[in-house]
Amino acid sequence: MPDLSNLPYEQAIFYLVSALAVGCALAMILSKNAVHAALFMVANFGLVAVLYLLLRASFIATIQVIVYAGAIMVLFLFVIMMLNVQEADPRSSRGPQDRLFTLGSLAPLLGLGLLGALAYVALGVKQPAATSGGLVFANIQDVGALLFTRYLYPFEITSLLLLVAMIGAVVLAKRR
Amino acid sequence: MPIPSIDFTVILPILILSCAALFVLLLDLFLSAERRGLNAYVSLAGVAAAAAATSLQIGRSGTTLEGMAVLDGFGLAFEWLLLGIAALSVLFSIPYVQQHNLNRGEYYVLMLFVTAGGMVMATSNDLITIFLGYELLSLSLYVLAAFARERAASGEAGMKYLLLGGFASAFLLYGIALTFGTTGTTNLTMIAAFFDKTPIAGNALPLIGLALLLIGFGFKIAAAPFHAWAPDVYEGAPTSVTAFMSSAAKVAGFAALARVLFVAFPSPALRLDWGNALAALAILTMTVGNIAALLQNNIKRLLAYSGIAHAGYILIALVTGTAQGLEAALFYLLAYTFMNLGAWSVVIALGRTGEERLDLSDFAGLSMRHPRLAAVMTLFLLSLAGIPPTAGLMGKWLIFSAAIQQNLIPLAVIGVLNSVVSLAYYLRVISLMYTRPADASFSLSPVARPLTVAIVVAAIGTLALGLLPAPVLQWVQIVRF
Repeated sequence: MPDLSNLPYEQAIFYLVSALAVGCALAMILSKNAVHAALFMVANFGLVAVLYLLLRASFIATIQVIVYAGAIMVLFLFVIMMLNVQEADPRSSRGPQDRLFTLGSLAPLLGLGLLGALAYVALGVKQPAATSGGLVFANIQDVGALLFTRYLYPFEITSLLLLVAMIGAVVLAKRR
Repeated sequence: MPIPSIDFTVILPILILSCAALFVLLLDLFLSAERRGLNAYVSLAGVAAAAAATSLQIGRSGTTLEGMAVLDGFGLAFEWLLLGIAALSVLFSIPYVQQHNLNRGEYYVLMLFVTAGGMVMATSNDLITIFLGYELLSLSLYVLAAFARERAASGEAGMKYLLLGGFASAFLLYGIALTFGTTGTTNLTMIAAFFDKTPIAGNALPLIGLALLLIGFGFKIAAAPFHAWAPDVYEGAPTSVTAFMSSAAKVAGFAALARVLFVAFPSPALRLDWGNALAALAILTMTVGNIAALLQNNIKRLLAYSGIAHAGYILIALVTGTAQGLEAALFYLLAYTFMNLGAWSVVIALGRTGEERLDLSDFAGLSMRHPRLAAVMTLFLLSLAGIPPTAGLMGKWLIFSAAIQQNLIPLAVIGVLNSVVSLAYYLRVISLMYTRPADASFSLSPVARPLTVAIVVAAIGTLALGLLPAPVLQWVQIVRF
């Protein structure tokens, strides 16, 4: 296990990777082509994995790459290509123009308001953000030990949650 | 690595209910189509066993699983309430799923998982498990809403609920993250201890975290302005699911909201902030719900907006921030369960095989066709409106007096004015039933026995809470952390 306690330029790397991750997320929701959007999502997942590495959570970073950037994105791309999603037509995707002043057009404003509030908070934070409370996520052993001791209850509820997701998928998709 | 000792008795009701759900899931595989009805009765037995386990815990208290699961009077009360909702809902589902070709074991399995998720929310002392309970409840409800997948409306309801619910979960999770970022813990008791020691003046981080938590829970209880999903989802989902969800999700949401606010954020500075936010939500929720309900012609949408309005009344009880307010909230949720599930049961009773009657005009002349059904519907609607001698009046009286004791007189006045507005749309249904002639082609099929049991239990509950509230007023005092 290499010593990770003191990474050079850690702050600089953090800000660079965070900015890129946010950029990729924005690019994902703004791109009109579904495949491009999916690729931006892969990039976002990869950058978030780097953030996990900076938090010394190498196991979670690996899982992020294998499960999210790997398995889940392959499924996404598979579905997109199978459904043959066309580029969205800019005119048909918008509603009637005369409804400019409906309540719905307030949504972007409210969203921007929320973003502003969060940005304000980010600037106004007084204390340094809390650490992981002394928890170590460095390797599989640590994660496993935490899952079966301190986080046993959430672990078990999550197993029920996944079972429900599976039942739901079968109930809704199975041919009768 | 020492394995921590676990006191399984603390989470026994949740364990029993989850095992019952898994058992029904397996049992369904071995049942022929004619014997599928057994699923419902096994589910009922599971609910009864969980309720018995809950009863064994009276007077005990404690935490286990690293302080994440907690046993206290508050948790017990809400576990009973959720189990009662599940039992009534299974009963009125039995004829409904048969009439509409939905009779599959997974229906009851998901219903039990919703209940288990709600119970996790009510008995968790940790934001992580509260979130997981919230997800277990929500995910099961998404599937149940889309359960009648032959009908496009049902699929649409499930999809809408899933998308908006996903947003709400994200808000809740972000709130949890910011709270964790401020305090360094997700344990509710330790969050409170942190705010006791640390002044929050000038630090907006915990406030934004709190606001995002309120949005997450506000969605689940369908409080305005986070209510927009409710009428559409309620209208599209199968009616038995709508009835179940309108009670179970609301009760579980209020349980988690009350516990988070009262246990984690009781410090005076924060209390003022969330009190004001909840007061604004309460006023908006009552007013939006009642005014929109005036304009509805579909009984499902009308009851959806009525449910939104009732969430507003209960929010007033939480604004008080006192034990008295908490008792009033529990009483009101119990009353709401009886009158709301009762009204929905009557809506189910109007339908017949493959057909539902959901237009308000379908109630015309019901007093001629089925006088008893019209009479109990009148009872439920009067109770929802808060007319004596019903549960609804008693509940409103408790909430408004708790508010007045805390000098929240404007809030109480707005609440009373809203009750007056609500009379208009409830009375509209009643007058349709009693003064209009019925459509000649309208025929009622006989009301199935399980449905009759559900309606009778709801009617007895609605009357008993109004006429003889003393034992229940005694009982609600167990709501302590």
